[in-house]
Amino acid sequence: MIMEFWYRFISILPFDWAQPGQFFFMKNALLAIILISPLFSILSTMVVAKRMSFFSDALGHSAFTGIAIGILLGWVKPVFLAVVFSILFAFVITLVGQKTKQSKDTLIGVFSSIAVSLGILLSTWGGKSFTKLNQYLIGDILSITSADLNSLFIILLFVLIIWWILYNPLLVVSVNTDFAISRGVRSIWIEFIFSALLAITVTLTISWIGLLVINSMLVLPAAASRNISLNSRQYHRWAYIISVFSGIAGLLVSYYLGSSTGATIVLLQGTLFLITYFFRRR
Amino acid sequence: MNLPARSCDYKGHGGLCCTQVVQFGVTIGSETVLKNVNLHIHCGELTAIIGPNGAGKSTLLKALIGLIPHSGELHYLDAKHNRSEHPLFGYIPQDFSFDRDSPVSVLDFMVACRYRFPVWFHVTKSHQKRIEKSLHEVGADHLLHKKMGVLSGGELQRVLLALALEPVPNILLLDEPVSGVDQSGTTLFYQLVSDLRKQYDLSILLVSHDLNNIEQIADRVILLNKTVLLNDTPANVFSSQEYRTAFSLKDKVSE
Repeated sequence: MIMEFWYRFISILPFDWAQPGQFFFMKNALLAIILISPLFSILSTMVVAKRMSFFSDALGHSAFTGIAIGILLGWVKPVFLAVVFSILFAFVITLVGQKTKQSKDTLIGVFSSIAVSLGILLSTWGGKSFTKLNQYLIGDILSITSADLNSLFIILLFVLIIWWILYNPLLVVSVNTDFAISRGVRSIWIEFIFSALLAITVTLTISWIGLLVINSMLVLPAAASRNISLNSRQYHRWAYIISVFSGIAGLLVSYYLGSSTGATIVLLQGTLFLITYFFRRR
Repeated sequence: MNLPARSCDYKGHGGLCCTQVVQFGVTIGSETVLKNVNLHIHCGELTAIIGPNGAGKSTLLKALIGLIPHSGELHYLDAKHNRSEHPLFGYIPQDFSFDRDSPVSVLDFMVACRYRFPVWFHVTKSHQKRIEKSLHEVGADHLLHKKMGVLSGGELQRVLLALALEPVPNILLLDEPVSGVDQSGTTLFYQLVSDLRKQYDLSILLVSHDLNNIEQIADRVILLNKTVLLNDTPANVFSSQEYRTAFSLKDKVSE
């Protein structure tokens, strides 16, 4: 129903693929971008504010391992095992990070290396070919189905609800954790929930975006936005605009160039980062 | 000479409410940082905690608000003699470090600290009014829309003070509140704190190295070094043998 409406709505666009009755993969991809971009822009604001870009990168690696294990076990949808795996991974890192004096950076590096090499070992064991996993490295947004779109919509809604309820304490924790605790914020739970949101999002979108560029999409919108923002509202607004603009433009450009969509989007975001850098505000 | 130990029933000085710290101790790893700390803090009194580096001053404040696990008990007795284990604390940490490039305005941060309505979406008129009022009370009206990262040390302190005063706490804990602030800013800040104490009948516990200002504004001075060595009037503490012993190293360096 909704898809029918979308296909009809989009046919007003002046593109050849937008005409009725054809190129459904492209129309699905466009809708996917419209859902993914705000999702990533929202999460990116905190990934950057909390300096968690390395952590979100590691989440991608752990998701990859989960998928490899899922395939090994013969699951049709290995992604569900991957979600569980990366949420677990996120919890362990958050918890261990709180308990030890080891630098969090080192810790994430160690866990991430173990995860990704375990994934590669399991999926190549016995001389098996790695090609099955290639789609998770580069990603293919054109492979998205209308069922996938449903789950994307649900994730976006879920993240928005959590963001509505938890953003304020999360902001205080991101500014200064000790101060947040002294004001009664239960920082460890806030961190857990945010990590889990990241884990779910990264894992579920990795096959469309690709491990190699997914983290850039979780960093660049906010990194560019913070150059020109002075408060939380500007920060979110610009991250959203940059993410949606590069998303849609990236999809269209990659369609005509025949290039990887994820990489094209990230290149656009990178360019926007450089531009905003020269218009920094204090 | 010591004043006799005072209980919470003592009404000769300060307000009617009182905080009791009973046998506080903090052990981190195998190291005893604090032991046998007993204190009575009265409302409307400004108590300064002094002591050499590593004496456990900041640790005591952190243990009081529950940032660090501790042994011993904490009792709060309000003016109507209701007991509570958890007085409401206002706290300004010694080291408030944060990412100065982060796009967080003073208004964002204060609203996020106090209210639930998400600041990324909107700041309501009534919330903004209340934040404006809080900033006004500490003479920081002009900071409302500034980015946190551009505040000077003194300005940041005022923002944190404004936050610590709403809701009005039972006890205000200030940890080295003027490090990184120039001399005139320091005196102004102490003046402000001293005024607030009278205005709100607050108990204030102040950790500081600024002995000159302490002598001016403190009602009592606690000399701390792993435990309470002295708890007396500023004049008595500063003229005591214990004070000279505790700071002997520092004296030799400066003379």
